[in-house]
Amino acid sequence: MAWVNAIIQGVLTGGLYALFACGLSLMFGVMKVVNLAHGDLAVVAGYIAIGVITVTHVPVLWSFLIVVPVMAVLGYVLQRTVIQSALDRSVLTTLIVTFGLSVVIENGLLQFFTANSRAIGTGLPLVSDSFSIGSQIQIAYLLVVIFAVAVVVLLGLQYFLSVSRYGRLIRAVADDREAAQLAGADYRHVFGIAAALAFGTVALAGLAYGMYSQLSPTTGTDTILLFAFAAVVIGGLGSLWGTLLGGVVLGVAQQVGAQINISYEVLAGYLVFLAVLVLRPQGLTSRRAQS
Amino acid sequence: MVRWAANGASRERAVKGAAEVGGERAESGTPMLEVRDLVVHHGQLRALDAVSFRVFPGEIYAIIGANGAGKSTLLRTIAGLHPPAAGSVLFDGTDVTRLRPERRARRGIVMVPEGRRLFGSLSVEENLRVGAAYARQGPWTIERVYETFGWMRERRNQSAAQLSGGEQQAVAIGRALLGNPRVLLLDELSLGLAPVVVQRIYGMLPQILAAGLTVLLVEQDVSQALRVASHIHCLLEGRTTLEGTPASMTADKVEAAYFGLAGATVPGPAQEGSEP
Repeated sequence: MAWVNAIIQGVLTGGLYALFACGLSLMFGVMKVVNLAHGDLAVVAGYIAIGVITVTHVPVLWSFLIVVPVMAVLGYVLQRTVIQSALDRSVLTTLIVTFGLSVVIENGLLQFFTANSRAIGTGLPLVSDSFSIGSQIQIAYLLVVIFAVAVVVLLGLQYFLSVSRYGRLIRAVADDREAAQLAGADYRHVFGIAAALAFGTVALAGLAYGMYSQLSPTTGTDTILLFAFAAVVIGGLGSLWGTLLGGVVLGVAQQVGAQINISYEVLAGYLVFLAVLVLRPQGLTSRRAQS
Repeated sequence: MVRWAANGASRERAVKGAAEVGGERAESGTPMLEVRDLVVHHGQLRALDAVSFRVFPGEIYAIIGANGAGKSTLLRTIAGLHPPAAGSVLFDGTDVTRLRPERRARRGIVMVPEGRRLFGSLSVEENLRVGAAYARQGPWTIERVYETFGWMRERRNQSAAQLSGGEQQAVAIGRALLGNPRVLLLDELSLGLAPVVVQRIYGMLPQILAAGLTVLLVEQDVSQALRVASHIHCLLEGRTTLEGTPASMTADKVEAAYFGLAGATVPGPAQEGSEP
């Protein structure tokens, strides 16, 4: 029964990891940018939420309605300025620039918010409570909600990419930037839209993690970015649903590892990650580039 | 290769076609497209060297030349994909030299790129929709493209990557037409396609032109170019070597201009040929 519990917990945590990963995957799939500041931006979203709640005393969920659009706009602006100018030089430059961004954000957060970790306190029973199945399986409502949000986000992204005008342009630009230009599409603008989507999901990831656990200035790189990477690589680069699969596999590996020995939790996840890299480097979903 | 000399029938047709417009170009009004002293570098290589010409509304203007003559570079520069080192591109009297390709496309300079360049992960219809996304007002709709290319409607949901080369070329042309261009740039339509398919695609040009379009095309296949074009412009190593109506061309002249043979009227014709 303890093993069943581990697997259930792992699957549900996978939803959180998919939220971490889908923005990273989208940005790589569309503009070939590996955003090393991805995790830090999630943390920024969490801190903004904490700030908004502290200052305005709006209910937690209301603050999300502010944070997600703000991060989306920030994504568009960053893409059109810093990231695009790096892209114009070379794809490699984007690695350096986003790494720089990551360092700046982390140290900025340390400066202004200290190294103390904070959680997004909701006070909602839905967030803190859990329900039991049998005597050994306890499931937190929050994890179920996060998993559901992840599925809804992925469905939404897929729907947007497949039927909307900008979704079509995003896929066209990902296929052939020049040909899209010849059809009148400004690929920089389209990249900006894709980045806005990615940053929106990053914001959700940061908020989810802030409620599930605690945020500190370094959480972005040492947890969120690494887990996002692992989920993306396990699932298959550039595939949206692959991020959910990758997240679930990572989550289950961690929980099963923790079941064997609590100190194996993180290690087990990375061992699976390494095994996939060696045995199936294209990821578990072999289909290329959903986006 | 220069194949046209062996093809007497098409030569005659070309002459006849030109004769119908009186043998002379109707050089009246503003040129739809004008290129002035265009210089383009590829690194150390001077891909285009002071090329100038004018294309008037309704013309089918063909750029011919051997591999590496700079034909595609010329077309790509007009579309905005290469920045010229010097010279300018004028579209309907306005200088568009500094405009980005997407801006030019929205104004009406649309290119069918070499190698089709369809969006492989998109369906046929999605490819067409991308072409229509920033379209000008005009006669072309997806419905009309389906009417023009009969087979396309049935296979509209297929992935563009699954089509044959000729079918892809048709979709690429349809995608470009949906932008409702004023000038259509066709880059090596025949590349990698069976002759029959090439014939069929060129055979559709009159139908496309009926919508009041100006065409600038690049073609390695000289016989094909002479057959469809109202004006021919030959490039050799980035320079103009010959310009005129197909009617004014002789086999020797074209051959000399195409290959840059000694003894032909090649020395210094760039200036001579580019003077309006």
